[in-house]
Amino acid sequence: MTDIREVSVDELRHLVSDRALSGETMLLNMGPQHPSTHGVLRLLLELDGEIVVNCVPDIGFLHTGVEKNMEAKTYQKAEVMTDRLDYLNPCGNNLTYCLAVEKLCELDVPPRAQAIRVILAELTRINSHLVWLGTSGLDLAAMSIFLYCMVEREKLLDIFEMVSGQRMMTTYIRPGGLWRDVPVEFEDAVGSFIDHFPEELAKYHALLDTNELFLERTKGISTITQKQCIAYGITGPVLRASGMAYDIRKALPYSGYEQYDFNIPTRTEGDIYARYSVRLEEMDESLKIIRQALNKLPYGPVRSNNRKFVPPPRSEIGVSMESLIHHFKLWTEGFTPPKGSVYAVTESPRGELGVFLESDGSPKPYRVHYRTPTFANLQIMPILSRGHFVADVVGAIGSIDIVLGDADR
Amino acid sequence: MDDRYQPVVSAFQERFAAEMQEFRGEVTLILAPEHIVAAARALRDEFGFDQLVDVTAVDYYPQEEPRFHVVYHIRALEKGMILCLRAPLNGNAPQHFSVESIYPGANWYEREVYDMFGITFSGHSDMRRIIMPADWQGHPLRKDYPLGYEEIQYTFNYNEINLRKPRPKD
Repeated sequence: MTDIREVSVDELRHLVSDRALSGETMLLNMGPQHPSTHGVLRLLLELDGEIVVNCVPDIGFLHTGVEKNMEAKTYQKAEVMTDRLDYLNPCGNNLTYCLAVEKLCELDVPPRAQAIRVILAELTRINSHLVWLGTSGLDLAAMSIFLYCMVEREKLLDIFEMVSGQRMMTTYIRPGGLWRDVPVEFEDAVGSFIDHFPEELAKYHALLDTNELFLERTKGISTITQKQCIAYGITGPVLRASGMAYDIRKALPYSGYEQYDFNIPTRTEGDIYARYSVRLEEMDESLKIIRQALNKLPYGPVRSNNRKFVPPPRSEIGVSMESLIHHFKLWTEGFTPPKGSVYAVTESPRGELGVFLESDGSPKPYRVHYRTPTFANLQIMPILSRGHFVADVVGAIGSIDIVLGDADR
Repeated sequence: MDDRYQPVVSAFQERFAAEMQEFRGEVTLILAPEHIVAAARALRDEFGFDQLVDVTAVDYYPQEEPRFHVVYHIRALEKGMILCLRAPLNGNAPQHFSVESIYPGANWYEREVYDMFGITFSGHSDMRRIIMPADWQGHPLRKDYPLGYEEIQYTFNYNEINLRKPRPKD
């Protein structure tokens, strides 16, 4: 049991203004159990009446030591931890980790696996945006949108369950390819989802675009400029909503994104409404990518043939002694990549998701670091909330689409 | 190496005596910790590397010189280039220099490095722990910090439990 530590006022003095010390402004604790913080985020608000003077975010309530744990596991086992970081983007987390391992080991991924990866990553993006739309709509008093979003999300989770057996924590994308090929029903299921989803998108627009209350609470609120975004390392929809057409999928294509034709939606206002419309448009673009990938889904293997890194298929183990040895070695000892460090990036629904991986030549990663978009995006909370009402802080948190599992790791 | 990196690499080799490493097409420049602020300023103002992507560290325990590498990833958004800087630090409780004045986004990243590795950044505006609780002992991502595996205790005698808890070395 640790003792309760006393903290002198001087130690935390720099966080608040002089007016707070004289009692002119009020310090208010918001969270970590506040329902609109989308998890466990604590905000220390300094208020002048109902206007926010300053906001100090406090994170770490969901810290699970994922990076430390990954150092103690082999490369294959460590991947299971990655799903749990950003629990709305499990396929994206797997993909980023696998890209880093593949870069380190120089593994080639067959085209079919790449196309399926793209389809799943885009479905995950829609899934994540649906949860964001539902919950942040709920925060801004648009109740019914939540239910419409959850209905569609359920269909997506069914697709994930179909391919991997798991609804959320899929671990389906593996270093060197995929766990196994998709079942035969996959193409029909995805096809019927993308045929049907544009109708739903139109419904969302109809529900919110002309909703006077929603517009009142989103237009011109919590603006951020492009310059500030770049200085603070903000990427993803927040950066795009303030006018910069930057998307990792276009700038540094991975998994064959260069083959697909899609646009980068941008807005110049940089307010909550701009972020809302960028994300809705992104769902449309994701549908476009999925349709293209599905139309020319190549046939062939879904895993690399490099037996030193990728386990052999089940059918080979019974007939080939070498396959059996490889299988045994890979699942007990793991593989040994060369020494060195790599950095791999993907575009997550929230922004740039990067994995820094350092190897010392042993079967366990020496250091894994997740550069997560939420961690960077949360840093701008003071800028977003200064000068606005307390009620608008809720909208601002929703608009940067935070996932605390992503920030705290 | 991509030709576009050549001007940066040669300028840094000349000015900061940086050592260049290349692995899997990624350019890493290793430079002395005291040059890091000047290097970051040169990157932002002269070479158009406008966004600090990430700051993290690697612990090479039990090696003492260098014990840590602080790793920076800095991106030029328009050109699609990314550069990795590494600053080696010696000793158990090293001092380093903050790049917050150049990239304001470094604030939280440096706090995280402080929290997880115990590297202090001078010139930082808010050097507190960020993820672990304020009264936490030790720095979890150091290699000499135990991973856990606490023995399950069938007692409510906290003194006895505390005696057998794994503790980080100083």
